[in-house]
Amino acid sequence: MAVSQLVGARIHRREDPRLITGHGRYTDDLPHQGVVHLVVVRSPHAHARIRSISIDAAKKAPGVLAVYTAPDFKDIIAGPATFAVAPVFAPNKLTNPPRYPIAAKEVCYQGEPVAVVIAGERGQAADGAQLVDVDYEVLPAVMDIEAAAKPGSAKVHSDQPDNIAWDTTYVPWEATEEAFKTADVVVKERILQQRLSPNPMESRVVMAEYDSFDKRLTMWLSTQNPHWIRLFVAGALGMGEQAVRVISHDVGGGFGSKISPYPEDFIVPACAKLLDRPVKYTETRTEAMQNAYAGRGQIFDVEVAAKKDGTLLGMRVTQLLDAGAYMALFSAFQTCACLMAGGAYHWNAISSRSQAVLTNKIPTDPYRGAGRPEATHVAERMMDVLALELDMDPVELRRKNFIRKEEFPYTQNFGLTIDSGDYETTMDKALKIAGYDDLRKKQKEQRKHGKLVGIGLSTWIELCGLGPGAATGPATGGVVLSESAQVKIHPAGGVSIYVGTHNHGQGNDTTHAQIAADTLGIPMEQIDIRHGDTNEGPGFGYGTYGSRSLAVGGIAILRSCNKVIEKGKQVAAHLLEAAEEDIVFDHGKFHVKGAPDKSKALGEVAFAAYGQLPAGMEQGLEAVAYFEPPNFVWPFGTHICVVEVDAETGAVDIQKYVAVDDCGNVINPMIVAGQLHGGIAQGIAQALFEEMVYDDESGQLKSATFLDYAMLTANEMPEIQLDSTVTPSPTNDLGVKGIGEAGTIASTAAVINAICDALSPLGIKHVDMPATSDRLWLQMQRARGASSNGKEARK
Amino acid sequence: MIPAAFEYARASSVEEASKLLKTYGEDAKVLAGGHSLIPLMRLRLAQPKALVDINGIKDLDYIKEDGSKLRFGALTRHVTIEHSAVVKQKLPILAEVASEIGDNQVRNMGTIGGVVAHADAAGDYPTIALMLDAEIVTNRRTIAAKDFFKDIFTTPLAADEIVIEVVFPVANGPHKYIKFRRRLFDWAIVGAAAQKMNGGWRIGLTNVGPTPVRAKAVEEALHTGAKPEEAAQHASDGLNPSGDLRASPEYKKHLARVLTKRAIEQAE
Ligand SMILES: Cc1cc2nc3c(=O)[nH]c(=O)nc-3n(C[C@H](O)[C@H](O)[C@H](O)COP(=O)(O)OP(=O)(O)OC[C@H]3O[C@@H](n4cnc5c(N)ncnc54)[C@H](O)[C@@H]3O)c2cc1C
Repeated sequence: MAVSQLVGARIHRREDPRLITGHGRYTDDLPHQGVVHLVVVRSPHAHARIRSISIDAAKKAPGVLAVYTAPDFKDIIAGPATFAVAPVFAPNKLTNPPRYPIAAKEVCYQGEPVAVVIAGERGQAADGAQLVDVDYEVLPAVMDIEAAAKPGSAKVHSDQPDNIAWDTTYVPWEATEEAFKTADVVVKERILQQRLSPNPMESRVVMAEYDSFDKRLTMWLSTQNPHWIRLFVAGALGMGEQAVRVISHDVGGGFGSKISPYPEDFIVPACAKLLDRPVKYTETRTEAMQNAYAGRGQIFDVEVAAKKDGTLLGMRVTQLLDAGAYMALFSAFQTCACLMAGGAYHWNAISSRSQAVLTNKIPTDPYRGAGRPEATHVAERMMDVLALELDMDPVELRRKNFIRKEEFPYTQNFGLTIDSGDYETTMDKALKIAGYDDLRKKQKEQRKHGKLVGIGLSTWIELCGLGPGAATGPATGGVVLSESAQVKIHPAGGVSIYVGTHNHGQGNDTTHAQIAADTLGIPMEQIDIRHGDTNEGPGFGYGTYGSRSLAVGGIAILRSCNKVIEKGKQVAAHLLEAAEEDIVFDHGKFHVKGAPDKSKALGEVAFAAYGQLPAGMEQGLEAVAYFEPPNFVWPFGTHICVVEVDAETGAVDIQKYVAVDDCGNVINPMIVAGQLHGGIAQGIAQALFEEMVYDDESGQLKSATFLDYAMLTANEMPEIQLDSTVTPSPTNDLGVKGIGEAGTIASTAAVINAICDALSPLGIKHVDMPATSDRLWLQMQRARGASSNGKEARK
Repeated sequence: MIPAAFEYARASSVEEASKLLKTYGEDAKVLAGGHSLIPLMRLRLAQPKALVDINGIKDLDYIKEDGSKLRFGALTRHVTIEHSAVVKQKLPILAEVASEIGDNQVRNMGTIGGVVAHADAAGDYPTIALMLDAEIVTNRRTIAAKDFFKDIFTTPLAADEIVIEVVFPVANGPHKYIKFRRRLFDWAIVGAAAQKMNGGWRIGLTNVGPTPVRAKAVEEALHTGAKPEEAAQHASDGLNPSGDLRASPEYKKHLARVLTKRAIEQAE
């Protein structure tokens, strides 16, 4: 690589001016001649049998062109296999109900499609949809995951044997027997992860056009991974990939909810084919809240065994996961919570088991962090529970058990190798910035005056950069999450780079250009980063999720640029009349070793590359590279949160938030800060506000608008003090790690630990999320009622 | 999120609006700021056949001093009340309340007439109106606030009756409105208002029942010399709030007491 010029610089996101001035190309904004609108008729019930569907009135409604129900799609969308893949990390796949994009006999979650109405105008389609008359026989809704897991429970699907989607023990309980037998203390906790609605700013939109003469399908949609969608849709519609083009220009956020395919991704192109007209579906916000794949939805039962001096011995963790009505494509990825529950610490042994249960709700699927926020919450909560039990400072407990700098690469209890780390240095930096010792002194004083002030730490670690085939292959039935990039240097020196990742808020158009610009030694402005069109670039792209766009995608770009430089050397050797081995590339110029003034710029070489060349040399200056990471990357950090809980109302005030994070080498600090801000906001929102609430009986989503689903806003954000340390990843050429999910992974534990610390004088050891004021008030009331002999506050 | 089809007409006078309402019949609705009505229509919880837009009526947006009274035209926006020098001087609690309604968009569009006509249990002005014995003037009659807020979303307004103005007494003694909520732009989970007036206290509560509540028991306790803390214990007397996703009935009653105490103590 050339001497770094752009890598590491605080450069404004080059995509922003376009997006914030309204020049983005979101699917709903794309003009399309002759497009007609599709509205989905959805089940109002969480569980019901469909007796009959009457579409006559809807068909006659003004502007309505067609009304379709399941039988209409029979010959056009192939079987239920469309949605089903082997659950990741779940070798004993159990009840995995087939899923067809539109229900024929039974609806299993509120919002499941039962019919579609297509009209010239969207409003007409919505009016028509209101006239579709479905006769349902309401069945019991299975909402509670613990009850659903019990033998004899009512069933989520009446034709399935039970509700257990998978049940996997990674390490059996016997493995931790010794640890628990020899322990001085054992602490237990039940930790809930409420269901979350992902709420990207842009709801989903799907538009499709079918050319019946050429038999080609073009789809525009809001997705995180167009190539996967092409694969699934082409398969389901019985078309070759060469005839299907999927375009996803600008996408207004995904947070994981736009990874897996949705029913409309199949229905809309099928309707375009049936009607022979371009068709568009625009999801309403209500639909997005009800039917976007949800996040979290888990219960953890955790036990930790330790010695009196705080040495950790063993952990036992059971994850009970709410899979929803069907298994979403990547839902089993969330089991990684079991593999990561040990956090940043040494353990003699950890046993873990994951059980996923079907319920009559929209499926869960990865949501920013997917499994790792849950793991961090388990590990970090248990550290504090144990520290309280041992009357030890939570900082000292962590320090005592950290995996040490000199131990990396460190193979943890589940066989995952943590590439690098320096947990103590990062924690110490955070403690210093927060003024930890002073905070504790002040807290002692404040407690004397009845103030409920608490300090919480989260010394998080993360596995990301999905992902090495050795790990993802066996878990997914052979899927390898590599990444591709194609670099084309055009004759006059302009550069187009096609990436297989997507960009929906990560800032990739900027960071990717920074890497390419430095590697090719040319200004960023000369480089166009292109994503989101399956007709462009390499044969396959793997998409953006799991903090992979830089740590995997970025390396593919680097490598494709290097390949192009190698080809350029051949051409330059010809131009400079030297041997190829003697050509050096530096700062955008090829020169002969030892003679830097005899050089050719990249642009000159590009021009020559398309002209007359010596016999045997091919024209062109372009290259494709795929990068399969040898390991995950492992960022880490320490977040410290200080809260005061209003002793009368239970309201939580975040008074300080410090985050010191380490994501290895930094391409653009401004983008890292932005990702952390957003991630921390989402974590704080989970800790304090957000929760999908369903009616236990009817299965109706009660938190179905932003009035009730309390997404946090800028007003509720505390000031965040960010800092960093740099521990480069040894497993990729740039030494980078992911940072897209880190904020979310770290922050819930910091906030909840602070709240628990604040409430510890009342004898409260644990609080669940969201720690809303009414919940905390109730808990305080009970604790106060329970007497004053609760465990004494930490001195 | 896609409203059902409806007719639309824009009135330029109260008479015209009333006439249009009569023509369209029961299923017509007045459109003021639209910040309660339009969300309901988008969710299809309201499907009016017609909207009569009153935003074109010129002389409904005013704040007038009238002796010991302040008259607010029905179309007066929250943002106007929030920044009005007269209100800040003569009825500062209302400016305070206005400044805490929703977010900028809501305050720029929402109207005082819309809030009272809508009669949401969590509306903030109705609490102040009830507490201070305000009057609601329509194109037909004048209705005392205590006779106006009948039930949740229920007022004595006839289908073609239009709120013209809301009339408050001047009250510029110590006062405080505390609005307890999760997020800054949220509606009140519970709100408590305290206003010193004519030597006594007026206490009002928001969202502790289907209508705003005047906490007379607290007022009386204060009158007979109880300390704020003791008096505020009566704030939940007779309340029977319903629970929702934000708060249980017990918690709402508790908040009524705590917030009332704080409002009295913090009044200035
Ligand atoms: C995000 C958000 C947060 C909000 N938070 C709060 C809050 O914290 N506190 C609060 O008090 N309000 C809040 N509101 C509501 C806001 O104040 C509304 O603007 C108000 O409730 C209704 O006023 P409007 O002018 O928008 O009325 P519209 O929505 O236009 O009408 C509401 C109803 O009143 C009727 N109506 C309106 N004007 C008249 C009239 N002159 N005569 C007869 N009938 C009439 C309409 O027909 C309709 O039925 C919030 C709104 C939003 C969207």
